[in-house]
Amino acid sequence: MPNIFHSKNKKNMSVLIFIDQSDGHLKKASFEAAAYGAAIAKQFNTNALALVLGNVADDLTQLGNYGISKVYQAQNDSFNHVDALVFAQVIAAVVKQLEASVVVFSHTQTGKAVAPGVAVQLKAGLVAGACALPDTTNGFVVKKTVFSGKAFALVNITTPIKVITLNPNSFGVQTTTGNATVEALDVEVPAASVKILATNKVSGEVPLSEADIVVSGGRGLKGPENWGMIEDLAHVLHAATACSRPVADAHWRPHHEHVGQTGVQIAPNLYIAIGISGAIQHLAGVNRSKTIVVINKDPEAPFFKAADYGIVGDAFEVVPKLTAAIKEMRSK
Amino acid sequence: MKILVCISKTPDTTAKIAFKNNNTQFEDAGVQWIINPYDEWYALIKAIELKEKDPSVILHLITVGGADCDVIIRKALALGGDEAIRVDTESDDSYVIATQIAAVAKEGSYDLIFTGKETIDYNGSAVGGMLAEMLQMPYIALATQFELNGSQAKVTREIEGGEEVDEVTLPAVISCQKGMAEQRIPNMRGIMAARTKPLKVVAPVATEALTHIVQYELPPAKAGVKLVTADDVATLVKLLHEEAKVI
Repeated sequence: MPNIFHSKNKKNMSVLIFIDQSDGHLKKASFEAAAYGAAIAKQFNTNALALVLGNVADDLTQLGNYGISKVYQAQNDSFNHVDALVFAQVIAAVVKQLEASVVVFSHTQTGKAVAPGVAVQLKAGLVAGACALPDTTNGFVVKKTVFSGKAFALVNITTPIKVITLNPNSFGVQTTTGNATVEALDVEVPAASVKILATNKVSGEVPLSEADIVVSGGRGLKGPENWGMIEDLAHVLHAATACSRPVADAHWRPHHEHVGQTGVQIAPNLYIAIGISGAIQHLAGVNRSKTIVVINKDPEAPFFKAADYGIVGDAFEVVPKLTAAIKEMRSK
Repeated sequence: MKILVCISKTPDTTAKIAFKNNNTQFEDAGVQWIINPYDEWYALIKAIELKEKDPSVILHLITVGGADCDVIIRKALALGGDEAIRVDTESDDSYVIATQIAAVAKEGSYDLIFTGKETIDYNGSAVGGMLAEMLQMPYIALATQFELNGSQAKVTREIEGGEEVDEVTLPAVISCQKGMAEQRIPNMRGIMAARTKPLKVVAPVATEALTHIVQYELPPAKAGVKLVTADDVATLVKLLHEEAKVI
């Protein structure tokens, strides 16, 4: 292993970013984590290194465009599915081998499953759900969302190694130019702790957690048969569809579409809420969205207070018109 | 079969979030406390369902916190479970909480440990994964379905863009979310029975926090909504395109 770490210089702590993949493709959230990790590396005037586990079809040198100088890849079929216990052991071993001082994950399904185990292996403080770069003027203080997006906490990590999971869509996929070198890494492969029986992926839809735009429907739509207009609007915007809790509870829409405090928490660039009153529990799941548009026939709906733009009107009239207007703009 | 369910106390989902002492502490005046919804609706109820199917199942609940958690743990016992353990210490660091639960779990040799997928206050989603690592047990995060077959379990978990069905040999740690079970309300019989169920208070093991909350912040207030009339959607599209630059 090359010596990339000068242990005498405490300032020179390398940053290791875990790059998540699925079916051989790097995930969008991982590019954001790479850019975030690279920005931390810049703060400390050190290198941003990436770790990829499993077989990947994508070109890994492209990670240079997000500030990564070197990519380490450990290829093994058993890494193509996430086994938390196995991943934690492998990643912690790589952190030790590379003498990295900061480890970055995306706060996605994989990061949530694996980062806590890595933190324990390294006896490293963990901040889960970070939303800004660390402030190093007095310690290593990371801002994270708490109370389901209703507030932030500034958390000081006091251990030599720091583990951070980054909330998707909170830092931005910031690009630079550069080519990363790729090096194969030989790691010991621990025995699997979980046997995968099946994976069922919803194909053709934009995954909610990765979507830049989300179109969401509530009880105001009156029934599942009226979701066609939601899907039409989502289609012209290349958006994911979502719903409020009563809609999921009534089985109008699948549970994985439920956004809110007890459902999925999202932070897209644009959230369009249609026929949703905006209960505090719903707002907790969406209030990190950059722009919120509310369409509701009740001018007193609490959601208008949390919105950037709004239309007081009947969704059944407004939504098809909005879809047509966006189509028209897109065709110009 | 011994099951341990991890329970946390959180402010009610409708609680107003405010802070005191120069924004270093949560303002708890007037706040209603509840069982963390993920711990209650999914982890605990699923464990109760398993006990209902097989009455020989021993079901223990655990929380880490001060005496003010006792109300919450009694409420959990009213839903079900044989006894509860409270580790008498407070912390906002996941590592400390997981260390305390792991110490109790090691002694109790549990076959299954359930947690909620995260708490709705600190949103750490870390205690389950840390516990699994400390106990060297398989960890399945974000489970939506759980089926017990002897010493094995078939667990469906959320992955990006879909789900995965896993088979795991017990003991294991499972973090639970929507889909695992349906919400229940405690009945009078359960509430009466909970009064006499054992609630053991144990002293914490020595450990130290690896993270410290320095301060809290509230998000900046929204500038206010710009309303567009229902027959002028073109203006909305223009605003989204030119002003917000999101489409």
